[in-house]
Amino acid sequence: MGAQIRVYRQKIASTTSMRKMFKAMELIATSRIGKARARLAASLPYARAITRAVSAVASTSDFEHPLTTEHENVRRAAVLVLTADRGQAGAYSAGILKRAESLTELLRSQGKEVATYLVGRKGQAYFDFRNRAYVQVWTGQTDNPEFERAQEIRKVLLEAFSAPYEEGGVDEIHVVYTSFRSMVVQEPVVIRLLPLEVVSEKASEANEILPLYEFEPEPERVLDALLPRYIESRIFAAMLHAAASELASRQRAMKNAGDNASDLIKKYTRLRNTARQAEITQELTEIIAGADALNA
Amino acid sequence: MAELEVEIVAADHFVWSGGAKMLKARTADGEIGILPGHTPVLAILDAGSIEIQPVSGDRIVVEADGGFFSVDSNRVVIVADNAHISESVAGTR
Repeated sequence: MGAQIRVYRQKIASTTSMRKMFKAMELIATSRIGKARARLAASLPYARAITRAVSAVASTSDFEHPLTTEHENVRRAAVLVLTADRGQAGAYSAGILKRAESLTELLRSQGKEVATYLVGRKGQAYFDFRNRAYVQVWTGQTDNPEFERAQEIRKVLLEAFSAPYEEGGVDEIHVVYTSFRSMVVQEPVVIRLLPLEVVSEKASEANEILPLYEFEPEPERVLDALLPRYIESRIFAAMLHAAASELASRQRAMKNAGDNASDLIKKYTRLRNTARQAEITQELTEIIAGADALNA
Repeated sequence: MAELEVEIVAADHFVWSGGAKMLKARTADGEIGILPGHTPVLAILDAGSIEIQPVSGDRIVVEADGGFFSVDSNRVVIVADNAHISESVAGTR
């Protein structure tokens, strides 16, 4: 057997086994994405109820809350970046990190220091490889986030937000995540988490007549209890969006990889057949030439 | 008689919804009972159980560890951090 044929056979075998892996990854992503979308949908009633409640409190009472007041001079901004734990998801993590970079650049140009908080091993690897500092990283379960994780992140971010600048406190908090628009469209977006912009919602909700609520206890304490939950719900929603987007990206990337593997296998099979045919022709020519030489 | 339209949601899932005659919850200030026609209220929930008397059927007890609830025009929305139905008590006590 010719060396060429052997090489092609090996290539076909390895591409076939890789295709099996791609197909399996694609199927896993496909099966999980339904669940991720269902969880995204399931979190909506909570988010809606809490948004409504926050705007109700904000519109009926007029007072300043530390979480809604803009800091006078913003010296340090926190950026929370939601990346994936694992690769094999096409440009998912690269896209989100690119968006985070441009935001960081923008904040720096405004004269703010940037404190980065990361979610996902891919983001951690990116920062570690470049020897860049980050404040904290959370890894694990990026494709299946738990609410407890959102609470944890909220605690850390709120602590940083309420700490004074000299002790590493931040004056505003941004979140960079991939918004899940549909199965085919996911785009990196940036939201400003803190200080909260409840005021803008107040205006939009003005058409809908909110009842004059009685508060129990006082409105200030109700808001105290509501706002952290509201932030949690925003963070959790971002995590769910990111998870669904990650799975959708992975499914698409693996589908493309599987299709490309099929194309490669087809190409190598053709080349192998050509090589085999060439070898047979060569052998025949040699035999005929040998017979001719004997007859002559 | 008017009835309450109750909806209970937890952070990551939907818990229960339906019509109710009466609802009892524990707030930061103490227990509160809601009957149809209650004035709009927005209150903070304390950890504890919420009792609901549905229009028909057994009393439902939901365990929640903190959250808030709002009442307006017979619509009750209970938003809990972590809630699950713990039991249905047969009959009214």
